[in-house]
Amino acid sequence: MDDELAISVRGLRKAYGDNVAVAGVDLDVRRGEVFALLGPNGAGKTTTVEILEGYRRRDAGEVRVLGSDPAAPAPDWRSRVGIVLQGTGEFDELTVAEVVRHFAGFYPDADDPEKVIERVGLGDKRRARTHSLSGGQKRRLDVALGIIGRPELLFLDEPTTGFDPEARRDFWELIRDLAAAGTTILLTTHYLDEAEALADRVGVIAGGQVVEVAAPDQLGNRQAALATVSWRTPEGALESAQSATPTALVAELAARFGGEVPGLTVTRPTLEDVYLTMIGHR
Amino acid sequence: MTTTTSKPATRPAVPTRRVGPVALGLRQGRLEITQFLRSRESVVFTMGFPVIMILIFAAIFNDEIAPGVSYTQYFITGMIATGLMTVSFQNLGIWIPIERDRGVLKRYRGTPMPKWVYFAGKVIMVVAIGVAETLLLLAVSVAFFDLDLPSTAGRWLTFGWVAVLGVTACTLCGIAISSLARTARSGSAVVTPVALVLQFISGVFFVFTELPTWMQQVAALFPLKWMCQGLRAVFLPDSFGAQEAGGSFELGRVAVVLAAWCVIGLVLCLTTFRWTTRRDG
Repeated sequence: MDDELAISVRGLRKAYGDNVAVAGVDLDVRRGEVFALLGPNGAGKTTTVEILEGYRRRDAGEVRVLGSDPAAPAPDWRSRVGIVLQGTGEFDELTVAEVVRHFAGFYPDADDPEKVIERVGLGDKRRARTHSLSGGQKRRLDVALGIIGRPELLFLDEPTTGFDPEARRDFWELIRDLAAAGTTILLTTHYLDEAEALADRVGVIAGGQVVEVAAPDQLGNRQAALATVSWRTPEGALESAQSATPTALVAELAARFGGEVPGLTVTRPTLEDVYLTMIGHR
Repeated sequence: MTTTTSKPATRPAVPTRRVGPVALGLRQGRLEITQFLRSRESVVFTMGFPVIMILIFAAIFNDEIAPGVSYTQYFITGMIATGLMTVSFQNLGIWIPIERDRGVLKRYRGTPMPKWVYFAGKVIMVVAIGVAETLLLLAVSVAFFDLDLPSTAGRWLTFGWVAVLGVTACTLCGIAISSLARTARSGSAVVTPVALVLQFISGVFFVFTELPTWMQQVAALFPLKWMCQGLRAVFLPDSFGAQEAGGSFELGRVAVVLAAWCVIGLVLCLTTFRWTTRRDG
């Protein structure tokens, strides 16, 4: 077993009756990395992750998570893995501090509940009953419960679904903090910008298989793709050109306009373009 | 092997801050009790239901069922039994599907918490609430309806074991039946009719011996009838035993049937309990 790998998956398969949800997934997640599993609904993300979390049985394949098979884990395995579930108000009548303290008691080497509550940004809500929290705050509580045991590996399943833009930004900061502290993070999402903002590497999953694994800016060979430079002519018409050397073209335009180029943009295919191609929508 | 000398064991073999098993169970029990007490509906309905029922019955029936035995005295035993069944069977049969649906069970499963701790917490909650509710019912009955408390140590002992066996059986059956509900909302649809039918046929709302024989025979298959009968042995005069269906309070049979239901309930729990909803697979 390679100690550099937090997660190693080979040929993972899972079917529900005739419906094949996971059709031979291979996946490696290194220790200390933030890995995003990106895919449309029904691609097999959640099934894959729930097998890794030990919630579901697999039909076939090799799975190692922190050196254990999640279907028959080592005794201390659960305390080394953190899971951020999508809570739906489980402990309505309890306060934030009560819930976090209670869960701290399950772990051999739990973090200080007060510190964790501060860290997820619920410091001024510690005495609030959880039913009074907003959606984003509930999600923060979910994260608090996921990290209270100081996990080496943290699973985040679609963590920001339903967030407003500001709450998402705040949440991303929190995830970056955790990653900076050395926690390995496996994140599933169907938001491309989220994968791009957080992940060291992205695995695109479609039809129950991982179709590509790459750094977000290299996915689908994005770097090598032609850039599109567009600008407005002095008459106001929009003009654009594809170029392998966009910098040269911009310099040339700057010279032509004698300074600022009106309406200048330089774009490469967005992650979304690449992604939609990959999952077969184009 | 590398050339380094053997590594000293710097980490203690036993983690220092882990909570011991007893403390784990007690903490879980405290959490369950806190949640119960803070949910006002469950306090009012679970704790208050038997008291309200006894007030109604006492207002309707003021005859004697036998010389020296008022209807109220008879029905109080049924209400104690019903109350114990409410906090255990109904409470768990309704509440666990809600917790399963909301993902509470899934969340616990994702932690190192041993599975038994969840059930220990429920049992502690049931026992605490059951004791409180029974004491409340007894206090109301003594204060307003001249209930005679058990006069001998032997009767208190009978009260104790009937209550413990009955609550254990009902708790286990409540946990078992919780797996029948597919969604949070169906828990009460599954449990309430079962409880209500049992109450009608087991001598809670009617004098048991006045029920049709076939109904008595059906009731005798389930624990509630035996809990009521055991409690009548505690609260009614010995002479009343002759009026029971079996010609006596049949305490031996009470113990056997309740113990059998404990075993049945335990087997059902161990074989059928689901930690996830059906749609979770």
